[in-house]
Amino acid sequence: MSATFHPTDPAALEAGAMLPEAFFVVSRNEETADTFTLALRPVKAGAQRPFEPGQFNMLYAFGTGESAISISGSPEETDLLIHTIRRVGIVTSALDRLAVGDTVGLRGPFGSAWPMDEARGRDLVFVAGGIGLAPLRPAILHALAHRGDYGRLVILAGARGAGDVIFLDQLHEWAKEPDVEVRLTVDRAGSEWPHHVGVVTTLIPRAKFDKANAVAMVCGPEIMMRFTAVELAKSGLPDQSVFVTLERNMKCAVGLCGHCQFGPEFICRDGPVFRYDRIRHWFSQREV
Amino acid sequence: MTTEAPVLLSREHFDALLAALAKRGYTVVGPTVRDGTIVYDEIGRPEELPVGWTDEQEGGHYRLKRREDEALFGYVVGPQSWKKYLHPPRLRLVKAERDGDGALVFTDGDEAEPPRYAFLGMRSCELHAMTIQDRVFLGGAAADSHYERRRKRVFSIGVSCGEAGGTCFCASMNTGPAVTDRTPHDLALTEVIDSGRHFFVVAAGSDEGREVLAELPVTPAGDGDVAAAKERVDRAAASMGRSLNAEGVRELLRENLEHPRWDDVAQRCLTCANCTMVCPTCFCTTVEDVTDLTGDHAERWRRWDSCFTMDFTWMHGGGARQSAKSRYRQWLTHKLSTWHDQFDSSGCVGCGRCVSWCPVGIDLTEEIAAIRDSEPPAQPDES
Repeated sequence: MSATFHPTDPAALEAGAMLPEAFFVVSRNEETADTFTLALRPVKAGAQRPFEPGQFNMLYAFGTGESAISISGSPEETDLLIHTIRRVGIVTSALDRLAVGDTVGLRGPFGSAWPMDEARGRDLVFVAGGIGLAPLRPAILHALAHRGDYGRLVILAGARGAGDVIFLDQLHEWAKEPDVEVRLTVDRAGSEWPHHVGVVTTLIPRAKFDKANAVAMVCGPEIMMRFTAVELAKSGLPDQSVFVTLERNMKCAVGLCGHCQFGPEFICRDGPVFRYDRIRHWFSQREV
Repeated sequence: MTTEAPVLLSREHFDALLAALAKRGYTVVGPTVRDGTIVYDEIGRPEELPVGWTDEQEGGHYRLKRREDEALFGYVVGPQSWKKYLHPPRLRLVKAERDGDGALVFTDGDEAEPPRYAFLGMRSCELHAMTIQDRVFLGGAAADSHYERRRKRVFSIGVSCGEAGGTCFCASMNTGPAVTDRTPHDLALTEVIDSGRHFFVVAAGSDEGREVLAELPVTPAGDGDVAAAKERVDRAAASMGRSLNAEGVRELLRENLEHPRWDDVAQRCLTCANCTMVCPTCFCTTVEDVTDLTGDHAERWRRWDSCFTMDFTWMHGGGARQSAKSRYRQWLTHKLSTWHDQFDSSGCVGCGRCVSWCPVGIDLTEEIAAIRDSEPPAQPDES
């Protein structure tokens, strides 16, 4: 070795590894017309991957490519990794063609997590747009599993139409829990839709939570998150109590390929979950 | 360290340096003339260096010219940088096979032992660029093992520049032209041709550099020789073709994301990505998945990518940076502003490659000056 080179931390080299691990598809559920959920278990016994709510994995469809997919299951359940996927491109379409018993490659988990520790003792406000409910679900399940650690849970979920609401049965179940408020809205609906119609931000003034002692976790399209942050601020929740999760093209998931840069942040490594005030400067700009 | 007395290696004995490196098992790579440019390739003899050549560089302009002397290093930097060896343009990351049961088996796709390279003729800007890439690839919580395996075996021979190019601005970026202890290196050379003498003032920068030096037919350097070398490097510092006022540029760009100059440069920028390919610090990559005809073997390849392509930010629904303005702004803002946030330094070393190799001659020093000179009032940090 040249004397001018300092050895690299082996843990860092391990963290940068690009080699996927094989996982079986254990089950598959249809959520909506274009969204499905895969439960994955490692082929190799004991290769479980603990994760924190908000983190994501890179799922590899053989010969096709990788896609960054949030984990949508309970963090307490370490045996299976649950991923809820919308079919939008080549890789997610290949993942859609997988059957129970097939294998995929998996790298992860990656990225930052929802602030479950920091939120302890406070009301939790979850605001989801469409499939944005998927990355929030582990946080909701964690809060329900540690019910005494948190105040009221408010879940505000919006979608394009009645057929686009994911986890609808579970949302109804959650609504029956004490001190849990679930409000649903869709952009447009027929008379059979019993809930609100309109954008999800219109639900915020109706929700009951302690503005002085709450944490909001927001996931959806960027424009929805931008208006949600404004509406939350109007309701009295400061930007320091608002957390959003961002999405960009990702190739490596460990901050080395450069694709997911958002101003100074690498979304894969510094995010995907950010405290809103940290990224506000860039979030207000077009085409960052 | 270079605090010990430098020594003198004559031009006639320069091949002894190559021989000493070869004896130690190094593959020596250095500058050589090809396709009307100076590129980096394997070097067996000093005569394979661009002997007697120099380069003429301006915005969108690069030409080789004959020198009046037989200098080995009488030019600055060409279109390539050393990153092509440490961060290869194409690299197989992963091999995937479907076994008899249809289950997937993954193996490392970069298993071959990389050569031990001796980089001959690294300019100060390039040593700074390598140090910057060290931080990018090895300094974070996740490190690039492919880079590490190549980088840790490198023996680096720096050359202080005796003259500056038309697009050089390392002096204003504080990254050259002298090779100094601010960047790790094994040996540092300065070439002198004076009064019929042709020699190199050489100093070791590492223990291995000292060992190599001890094997060479060197003589003590006289005070006059050292002064002659210094005088050449000082002259290069004073004759830079460009300069960039880096003072506060990090904040300047961060606060001017909507400056009208971005629209102006977008009218000229072809988004061809040349600047990112020639840049010695640009590190972005993408991946490509391929399968063979049987469908049972797949590979995942990594290749250089550029923030100037539309694909770079592609997500369902389209790219995040559709306009040329947003892509040029991303590149320049990353290089000079957000790089500081990410890696605690500038991402620009003042080598001037992006200026020379831009087909329309866009000059970042000029763009920065234009923004600085016409900065509108700062906007509040609110949406």
